[in-house]
Amino acid sequence: MHRTGELYGQFQTLEQQKESATMGMWVFLITEILFFGGLFLAYTVNRHAFPTAFGVGGNMLDLNLGFLNTIVLIVSSFTMAMSVWSAQTSRRKAVPAWLIATLLLGSAFLGIKVVEYKQKFDHHLIPGHNFDVTYCSRNQVACGLGDKEFADEQKEIHEGIEAEKAPRMSEEEATVALNAHAQLYFSLYFGMTGLHALHMIIGAGLLLWLIFEGFKGRFDANYNTPVENIGLYWHFVDIVWIFLFPLLYLINRHLA
Amino acid sequence: MSEHQEHIVSPKIYLTILTALLIGTGGTVYAAKIDLGRWNIVLALSIAVTKMTLVILFFMHGKYSARRTKLIIASGFFWLAILLVLTLADYTTRHAEPSRSQLAPVGELEQQPGAPLSA
Repeated sequence: MHRTGELYGQFQTLEQQKESATMGMWVFLITEILFFGGLFLAYTVNRHAFPTAFGVGGNMLDLNLGFLNTIVLIVSSFTMAMSVWSAQTSRRKAVPAWLIATLLLGSAFLGIKVVEYKQKFDHHLIPGHNFDVTYCSRNQVACGLGDKEFADEQKEIHEGIEAEKAPRMSEEEATVALNAHAQLYFSLYFGMTGLHALHMIIGAGLLLWLIFEGFKGRFDANYNTPVENIGLYWHFVDIVWIFLFPLLYLINRHLA
Repeated sequence: MSEHQEHIVSPKIYLTILTALLIGTGGTVYAAKIDLGRWNIVLALSIAVTKMTLVILFFMHGKYSARRTKLIIASGFFWLAILLVLTLADYTTRHAEPSRSQLAPVGELEQQPGAPLSA
């Protein structure tokens, strides 16, 4: 990489060159909006069709961990913005420092996500052969629930089964229906948060490269396009989570 | 060098936006626990849209971008709106879906021949 901020032949000014880079990044981000948009659409349509099971599923997520992760990611967006500012104002040493902070927060997010996924695994909430949404309403100790939490869990599952009952449907059939529809919720949960986490992992890789180049003092007021554009990508991933958090974790809490 | 320098957003503005985003996050969790019926989802998504707008305008410098870039940002959301609105206009106006018939009272079901009884 020898080109640092010199003017390419096809541009008339450096400003035009910079604008084109930003514009190109936004075009890429639009394809990402539509990529995630399809999943958000699938979620909305299925939630509309199976509101009970999606409510039960959503309330099984760990709200505290989700809340903590939202804060971690928002602060990481701030540190990313600060690294862009450091580059724009030629604070060459501050650039990698803010980038490292961003990388650490991004890694913390992924670490918390791993804890959450493990919890779902233990609670039989991974879609597939052993999926059982009623598991925690029957296994207080295995799910680590207190007495009140356990009673709430049982109440919620009972109400969910009642709501799934079609005319002339038995308790067992309604449980099968609740399980099938809750499995749909958790498929979307893992699909959406998984794709988001994949974007975070790619972002972490890009940050590593930026940190490496940042230590060489490559980014300053004259040349900071990579910091700016990877910053745009990082903020986009933050925005996706800003929507995932309320949709997956929050919208049925008022019924819990 | 270029005719005029790029706009640099100050750390003070970044800090203000960070604070607003954190307040929004706390607010949305707090509001989610209050029973507002169907308005819970409206409120949660309104807060999310507000937070997104702040991130795009300031963290992503949307407010200070070239007009061409602004047009491209807007077009992305326009396409997303087509995807969501047209598809939902179809799904939300169908009546014979299994889930709808499950929730409907028995009398209503009989008026809809062909609606499946179980999922």
